[in-house]
Amino acid sequence: MTDTLSTPLLSAENLGRDYGARIGCRDVAFDLFEGEVLAIVGESGSGKSTLLNLLSGQLAPTAGRVAYRMRDGATRDLGSLSEAERRFLFRTDWGFVHQDATRGLRMGVSAGGNVGERLMAVGERHYGRIRAAAEDWLGRVEIDTTRIDEKPTAYSGGMRQRLQIARNLVTAPRLVFMDEPTGGLDVSVQARLLDLVRGLVADLGLAVIVVTHDLAVARLLSHRTMVMKDGRVIEQGLTDRVLDDPREAYTQLLVSSILQP
Amino acid sequence: MSEAMTLSAEPVLAVRDVAKRFVMHLRDGLEIPVVDHVSFDVRGGECVVLGGPSGAGKSSILKMVFGNYGVDRGAIRIGGPAGVVDVATATPREILALRRSTIGYVSQFLRAVPRVATIDVVMEPALAQGDDAATARARAGDLLTRLHVPERLWGLAPATFSGGEQQRVNIARGLVARRALLLLDEPTASLDAANRAAVVELIEAEKAAGVALLGIFHDTDVRDRVATRIVDVTTFAAGRIAA
Amino acid sequence: MTASTATAAGGYAFAYLDDQTKRMIRRAILKAIAIPGHQVPFAARDMPMPYGWGTGGIQVTAAILGPADVLKVIDQGADDTTNAVSIRKFFKTTANVAVTTRTTEATVIQTRHRIPETPLGPGQILVYQVPIPEPLRFLEPRETETRVMHALADYGLMHVKLYEDIATHGRIAKTYAYPVKVEGRYVMDPSPTPKFDNPKMHLSPALQLFGAGREKRIYALPPFTHVVSLDFEDHPFEPTRFDAPCALCGATGVYLDEVVTDDAGGRMFVCSDTDHCETRRAEGHHGTEWAGEATEATA
Repeated sequence: MTDTLSTPLLSAENLGRDYGARIGCRDVAFDLFEGEVLAIVGESGSGKSTLLNLLSGQLAPTAGRVAYRMRDGATRDLGSLSEAERRFLFRTDWGFVHQDATRGLRMGVSAGGNVGERLMAVGERHYGRIRAAAEDWLGRVEIDTTRIDEKPTAYSGGMRQRLQIARNLVTAPRLVFMDEPTGGLDVSVQARLLDLVRGLVADLGLAVIVVTHDLAVARLLSHRTMVMKDGRVIEQGLTDRVLDDPREAYTQLLVSSILQP
Repeated sequence: MSEAMTLSAEPVLAVRDVAKRFVMHLRDGLEIPVVDHVSFDVRGGECVVLGGPSGAGKSSILKMVFGNYGVDRGAIRIGGPAGVVDVATATPREILALRRSTIGYVSQFLRAVPRVATIDVVMEPALAQGDDAATARARAGDLLTRLHVPERLWGLAPATFSGGEQQRVNIARGLVARRALLLLDEPTASLDAANRAAVVELIEAEKAAGVALLGIFHDTDVRDRVATRIVDVTTFAAGRIAA
Repeated sequence: MTASTATAAGGYAFAYLDDQTKRMIRRAILKAIAIPGHQVPFAARDMPMPYGWGTGGIQVTAAILGPADVLKVIDQGADDTTNAVSIRKFFKTTANVAVTTRTTEATVIQTRHRIPETPLGPGQILVYQVPIPEPLRFLEPRETETRVMHALADYGLMHVKLYEDIATHGRIAKTYAYPVKVEGRYVMDPSPTPKFDNPKMHLSPALQLFGAGREKRIYALPPFTHVVSLDFEDHPFEPTRFDAPCALCGATGVYLDEVVTDDAGGRMFVCSDTDHCETRRAEGHHGTEWAGEATEATA
């Protein structure tokens, strides 16, 4: 049961969410294994954000379920978790990187405090150790550790995203959700961030579900890609196959609309 | 067939009755047939070269074998550590595992992350395969030296290199790990004579080591030197040959 | 209770509040005692004084006061400040209870921001006036969220605040309203008492009730409750210490107020707890500044 190679970390089964008569997303099914990076691509309104919220248990499905293999090896239905268990997942085994860093950070708290919060939330009570861990993580996301006591308001957009990543990874999560992690950043800053994320994902063996409208992000980060349109997954598979040999008309349109560098 | 003694009994790659066409939805569902009834084997120790004019579908066959292109019909069986996998029907996860363990791909174009040093780019597949850093670095350095990439460039990101240098970095990266099957997509295009000779030498070394190679070479000189067999792709023409 | 209503002066109910209101408040108090440190909402009434003058504490006192009680009211440790005097007068008028300034004689002590120096005993009740009951308020402004955080004991944020203090000041700089954890469960704001008083809450034989009028919350520490000040292993909680004893009574280990004595920068430190200071002086204890006054007083 606890074979980490053959048991998915997260499974979506017939997952769907309606908003009254309007479809948020429907009939989503996939397995995600440890160390896998899945990109969910599509345009605004395609249902990819709804899906991300369903997968991360922040929204209750109107159909289907999401199963997650907890650290103790038991696979649980996210819908059956208590609020306490769900929150515990969110501050230990999961990370969530928001497009808008002000939603993912405490803007009134120093960078060190932002990184240390999860440690304190799970009971770390040694200031020196918390600070050492914060310094270590700032270094790993390439933030000058002498700026540990500055608030994120003093940071650039790219630094804020990197701080957000450090804040999420400090508890060694196994699964990280990313919602347009490079959105709104300059192209050169995007490249550096993607490069960093790619390295961390490989080094730590993270499973990642990244929502993006940017196919270059999908290509650079992900192993597999799901293409969403009108609330449904219209094509999914190996990222390079979806992008190089797209089957569906919509995917062909998406791929043909990007500029090749 | 002088290498007959080193050929393994079971083919590493067995392509059976494969068909591929493109449907261009943006052009009113225009169907472009690529290949049909593709069947051939590649065994360990031989280098099979796909022959035929441009547009005959050589590159598409290579990409289908790698799992990069989908397959409409047929089977592409590759012997991996976990048994034989049919790439035509394998899950993304199985294909990714096969790429980590069994298939190497040397393409013309390097898609590297902008800021990673050349030596790290090259040694990455060896590390991914489980080699320790020192071994991987030594092997990467040896390959770069043989391909005439000067050591002073190893610490720099290849993004700033010339096209030929990038190509040689990519060849080194494609050869650094021990793979049972190597796919070569015009590795010598635009290389000078000395580097062409270096690549030929490396290919010969892989053959001697029992690796199965499948390649496309436009350079007839190189092709004749490395090919164990030439598979004529025009015999797989589907309907009509795409432009 | 009808009997007590009949005894009210000036046409008011006993202790000002009507019986139904007092019952409602008592139910909230009982619930608060049952769940130490948990903030219980209650339907706070408008009182004949502005918010910020202790309307929460007064309602709690009014709900628990009986005719036989002896009431003491302190404001920053002193019995003789405006706030203390007027509240004492209020209950003397509306409940006709005995009042005192002596900690040992009081059965109910209403306090604004101090705990008496004289240790409280069994049977005594300390009623705190609380301006802001929510310890997480300035870290998380959403009330819906802070309630969930309490429900789930999700208190990492509280330590973030302390972390920020150490990162900025090299130590935990919070000197009053220093957060505590009650019975290992709820994090509680002890009202703006100096952190010097925090250890007195721990395992106190007295019942401690907290009333916030504007915020409409009551919480409690039943006698002998574990109350631990939040801290880090390598930055443990340290109560405020004073270098010199009280200038008037010579007491050490008590909370001192700074008193400016002249226009030339002269100052002295004296007990904040006036009853404690007076009691000690009556017992013959003297500080450095006491001699002159003593002569004057005895003259």
